[in-house]
Amino acid sequence: MSKTSPDRRSDRVGKSAASRRLSGSLSRRGLMQAGLGAAAAGLILTKTTRPVWAQNYPALGTYPDGVSGSSIFVGGVFPLTGPYAASGKDEQLGFQLAIDHLNNGSRITDQIPSLKKGGGLLGKKIQSGFADSETKPDTAVQAATRFIRDNKAIMLTGGVSSAESIAMMKLGQREHVIFMVGNSGSNDTTGKDCQRYGFRAQPSAYMAAKALAPVLAKELGKNLKAAYLVPDYTYGHSVYDSMKQFTAEAGNWTMASEQLAPIGTTDFSSYLLNIANSGADVFVNVAFGADATASTKQAEQFGMLSKMKYVVPNISQFQAKELGASIMGGAYGTQAWWWTEEDTYPLAKLFVEEFEQKNHYKPEWGASEVYIQLMVWADAVARAGTFYPIEVIKALESGQKVPSIYGDVYYRAADHQMVRPVPVMVGKKPNEMKGPDDFFQVLQLVPGEQVLPPIAETGCKMPDINA
Amino acid sequence: MPTLPQFLSQAFNGIALGSLLALIASGLSIILGALGVLNFAHGAMFMLGAYVAFVALGAWGSFGAALALGALALLALGFALERGLIRFYYRRPPEDQILVTFGLGIMMVEAVRYIFGPLSQRVPLPGWGQGIVNFGFFLYPLYRVQVIGMVAVLLLAFYVLLYRTRIGLVVRAGIEDATMVQLLGTNVQRMFLVVFSLGAMAAGIAGVIYAPLSSVIPNMGEPFLVECFVVIVIGGLGSFPGAVVGGIVVGEILSLTTLFNPAYAQAAIYAVMTLVLIVRPRGLFGTLGRA
Repeated sequence: MSKTSPDRRSDRVGKSAASRRLSGSLSRRGLMQAGLGAAAAGLILTKTTRPVWAQNYPALGTYPDGVSGSSIFVGGVFPLTGPYAASGKDEQLGFQLAIDHLNNGSRITDQIPSLKKGGGLLGKKIQSGFADSETKPDTAVQAATRFIRDNKAIMLTGGVSSAESIAMMKLGQREHVIFMVGNSGSNDTTGKDCQRYGFRAQPSAYMAAKALAPVLAKELGKNLKAAYLVPDYTYGHSVYDSMKQFTAEAGNWTMASEQLAPIGTTDFSSYLLNIANSGADVFVNVAFGADATASTKQAEQFGMLSKMKYVVPNISQFQAKELGASIMGGAYGTQAWWWTEEDTYPLAKLFVEEFEQKNHYKPEWGASEVYIQLMVWADAVARAGTFYPIEVIKALESGQKVPSIYGDVYYRAADHQMVRPVPVMVGKKPNEMKGPDDFFQVLQLVPGEQVLPPIAETGCKMPDINA
Repeated sequence: MPTLPQFLSQAFNGIALGSLLALIASGLSIILGALGVLNFAHGAMFMLGAYVAFVALGAWGSFGAALALGALALLALGFALERGLIRFYYRRPPEDQILVTFGLGIMMVEAVRYIFGPLSQRVPLPGWGQGIVNFGFFLYPLYRVQVIGMVAVLLLAFYVLLYRTRIGLVVRAGIEDATMVQLLGTNVQRMFLVVFSLGAMAAGIAGVIYAPLSSVIPNMGEPFLVECFVVIVIGGLGSFPGAVVGGIVVGEILSLTTLFNPAYAQAAIYAVMTLVLIVRPRGLFGTLGRA
């Protein structure tokens, strides 16, 4: 059964058609050049706070239609149903918190110099809405298209599966609307599918594997045989390739079995039997979301987790909460972010407090990714002084470090990968936990620069900025 | 090439996978056969069974109680839905029937998501189901072996009901020709009610049994519904033995294909379904000319 949840737009798009028409016509350069007094009067009457020099940019994507009123619109497309629904909901809550902080100010925006003023962006209130992608790329693109067409969204975010994130990035490129990727672990996102209008905050599979492999070699041993359970799409293939490469380099691990399973599989028994029969020492589980929970639960019932070492290259949001520490204890892996990083990064501590106060649980990394993406984008807009997408992209590509919940971060211009630390972690056993949410110990925060792939290896051919 | 132990372990797993599909598909198939309604809410009913298990195990910690409650709850739901909604659709075109059951499925999934949230719920194995059986050349979870046994008992009970009782006779006659049964003076309306309720109950029981094996999430019925359609096409629309044999066939295909190329397992069941539709369109156990 596939279904479309109703669009739950959290806010009305606060702009009458009439005012949009009026200010839209005002932005035409010819009209301004003519210097008509009436037009100037109209500008004052509609109370646009846009600086006059911003008028000089040509129309592009949803600019200037989407920014000519007193507010702008930002859309989020999250998988609220389907196998990645739990992560999608987490993203949605991070999204709403970020919009609230940008509009009303917060202890976090106070510490980002460009956003200190609060009160929206460039004097405009941020309206927002979100929609369900059903964990499907085609539904995601439809929802994103509606935001662009109906709401003149100036920026979009969301996506949990790399397939949906890449599809929406491509839409953003075509429509000239910036897409700040929610979750996406595939190398292709900043590799062969990289887009000028797409920016990815999550560490790529390459970065995660390169950070994780030396820890695995040290903690679990060298010359081991590993068997992989791999979701059969871009993300799974990418993680498999990178893990195989780096565990071979760091620990001389070899591959015993690769089991490709479709996304949304509920019973993994046949794949797991093959892995159990493969003679492998290590079970590397690349499955994600509900698939990760189901496959881990089933592997435990097959007795595999006590016989084999367990590695989860990208630990899903809520995976430990759903399975319990008795199962996830001792599992090695990475996440994009874990809440105990609050001990390292002051902004992370504020984020955990604010999020928990509102939503009554510790934010997982889906929420953190969307939150940081909105902040980094808002910082770029504030520094550019305009919503004109090309200028915002240039600001994002400038290499300017932004204080964030991951420490100081920036985007690499050549492939639009965020340079940020990669936390390598191990699951705590029940008796090691200091609280109900204390599921992981962060072993290392590997600096992003150390694990970035060389540009030549990414396969990214960045489209021209005017493309 | 896979070794003999690998082959045997997957063949055994195929039976375990297939038995559960057989149980869910048999309910779907007799509803389709007797009522002529393709119940798109069947996957959601399976999911409801799993959530009943979650609630019942949390409250009483007894798997037997969960099983009984799951069966009763879905029987009652099936009863209410047939009386309150489905019966008004027997004379409507098939697309109306599909839309109404499809809509019911969405409502059930969204209601569960509203109450329990999108996170998966933990349903533990029953105490007597914990452990691993050593078959010598492969290890297999004890509970999955017990599932085969439980499903076998349930299917046998279903068989006795359909083939050894008077009401079963009416149901089977109704599957062949409902109009004729009605003309002969039998109350087919009551038979329809029984079939729909029993079909829902079978889905609910399957959900309870399956809950400890997987992620209990609102969407968990979807892939099963799709696989069950394949099962009843292969087995023959409306045929109880067809659903059972079709279930085992699909389970075996899913399992054995992974020995050669795991990525093709899902595709293989559709390939076989296509083959059946070409060579024997009525399915393995279907009869010709049935509506």
